[in-house]
Amino acid sequence: MTTKGFSRREFLQNSGVAAAGVAAASTGAVIIDPNGAWAMTTTTLDEHQAMTLLKMSRQLFPHDMLGDQYYAKVVEAVDRDAAKDPDLTDTLGKGIADLDGRMGIEFVHLSEGNQLKALHAIEDTDFFATVRVATINNLYGDPLVYRNFGFEGSSVEHGGYIDRGFDDIGWLPKA
Amino acid sequence: MAKQFGLSNDSVVVVIGSGAGGGTLSNELAQQGIDVVCLEAGPRLEMSDIVNDFNEMFTKLSWLDKRVGSGALDPDLPLWVCKTVGGTTVHWAGAALRFQEHEWKARTTYGDIDGANLLDWPIEAREMERFYSLAEDKMGVTGRHGIPHLPGNNNYQVMELGAKRLGYTQVHTGNMAINSQARDGRPACQQIGFCMMGCAIGAKWSTMYTEIPKAEATGHFELRPESMVLKINHNAAGQVTGVVYADKDGNLHEQKARIVAVAGNSVETPRLLLNSESSQFPDGLANSSGQAGKNYMRHTTGAVYGIMPGPVHLDRGTQMAGIIMDESRHDPKRGFAAGYELETLPGFGLAGVATFMSPGGWGREYAQDLEMYRNTACMWIVGEDLPQEANGVTLHPTEKDQYGLAVPVVHFEDHANDIAMRNHAFKAGRAVYEAVGANKVYERMPFSSTHNLGTCRMSEKPEDGVCDSTGRAHDVPNLYISDGSQFTSGGAENPTLTIVALAIRQAETIAERMRKGES
Repeated sequence: MTTKGFSRREFLQNSGVAAAGVAAASTGAVIIDPNGAWAMTTTTLDEHQAMTLLKMSRQLFPHDMLGDQYYAKVVEAVDRDAAKDPDLTDTLGKGIADLDGRMGIEFVHLSEGNQLKALHAIEDTDFFATVRVATINNLYGDPLVYRNFGFEGSSVEHGGYIDRGFDDIGWLPKA
Repeated sequence: MAKQFGLSNDSVVVVIGSGAGGGTLSNELAQQGIDVVCLEAGPRLEMSDIVNDFNEMFTKLSWLDKRVGSGALDPDLPLWVCKTVGGTTVHWAGAALRFQEHEWKARTTYGDIDGANLLDWPIEAREMERFYSLAEDKMGVTGRHGIPHLPGNNNYQVMELGAKRLGYTQVHTGNMAINSQARDGRPACQQIGFCMMGCAIGAKWSTMYTEIPKAEATGHFELRPESMVLKINHNAAGQVTGVVYADKDGNLHEQKARIVAVAGNSVETPRLLLNSESSQFPDGLANSSGQAGKNYMRHTTGAVYGIMPGPVHLDRGTQMAGIIMDESRHDPKRGFAAGYELETLPGFGLAGVATFMSPGGWGREYAQDLEMYRNTACMWIVGEDLPQEANGVTLHPTEKDQYGLAVPVVHFEDHANDIAMRNHAFKAGRAVYEAVGANKVYERMPFSSTHNLGTCRMSEKPEDGVCDSTGRAHDVPNLYISDGSQFTSGGAENPTLTIVALAIRQAETIAERMRKGES
């Protein structure tokens, strides 16, 4: 999938994402899926960083049934946290630069197999852990996703499950 | 209705903590006309604050003040306990099990095990029967006193069938302090789920909406929420005289007291004693034995997840929905001392399963297993771990918390017996799910500790522990330990019922001593 990027501060774009001190290079981006199915807006992460995190979060928890818009929401959530936390912005900037350096080609341009190799290589870093946890919380914590997987969310307002299937198991043999 | 006592009123009993131990003790004393001031570190929530949202309730309820875990513990969150009025009874799942008779005599029953600091409780099992019965009646425990059991949800039915196919016979929906029928002004369980996020309708017993308001109604009780006790003061005679606490704005006050009872859970209780050191008690208050903060137990736990052939919807209904008790016996032929229970556990939602089923897990295979969330079943192992002197709570040499107190460092390593038990339990749990056709089974190591015990233990001899058979400190006649810290050994059972039974018993003792003019 290709994407068109519009950075808010184009003069900062492509100006060395890999360099240390990227935390100061706060740019933001609006990325629109070419098919118009979704858009992703960031204020702190630039387009390259946002796209890298989107691809990374999908590789961490790939679900063919989920479109990129759900992973884009993960990136937006990470971006919101980064806007409030310069240390996180720094961790993300350096982590993405590190990831890009692992295979000699930027992560977003790697084949799936090489993306996995690059991710395995950084598995023990804080950056990896941060993105993994953020993906779990924001992908699997998204009601549109968890309902699709079968978790039903809050139940008290529906009277719980006493009359809604807490014991409705049908496939279990009786003995 | 709610009474207020003056700071200089030195006739009150000060209870520190409002959970299973402190909340129960407070109400039991107040019911006998004894004036009680209960200082609770956490805020007072309303029922409307309890919502079916894992993250929101985790933030609202949990004790998130800085603690450092070491050894086998999570470094950032060694314990999962509560800082709120009601303490960890807001969070607990409701399992209300009695100790087995032999568990009161752990040292005698299990023998001299290398590396274990085992003792017998200075209490006879038969003496506890009356207090267990009173506790069960108070809490409305199912399967006792003619109270019907709860119905079993899907997650339980999977476990039950697997257990029966393996020949287990002690399999049922547990003895639960969750109303199976309306009782004590609280409604019957609606199988909502989210028990550990607080029961939104109050069907599960919690001191938050049972003991605390009942105590307030007596006119002999004052609750002060957001009051963190920093130090216990004493006089030259070695008796405690009051406590210093910080209110929600950080202002310090001293509440005078006739008696002080500490029930802050097994980290805060010894931490407070250690922080109350003085020239008279240089190793910490009531710590001439050197055992304060030691012998920390957390139960041998772990979880087993089974990906089943059909839907389970494990987050529907009571979270601790049933139990296999056959392995809770002491049978050294299995290769370890003591025993364990297997109890159902929910998923805590899709994000919870993703987080917990395989710590650090990621990738396509894991993602595909998470797509089977609907079919996932889960059970928890809870077994008796052995007290070890090196496991426990110490004060951080440099790091301070928001109150200026040394941050607690909690250390725990498994004993070889704990490891052997867990491995046995993993095999048993796996066998249960495979007997029902599980396509895949995950075994995971313990979560952040919820059952925290033993750090101010009861002992017959003063040199072996912090308190005597009534919970009274060996060294200080008007200081009591009133929570799970006083456990001499852990048993295989979820500890709350025993904490409540001991609190009822302790209230009787304190009232009797006060009538006789002691302390």
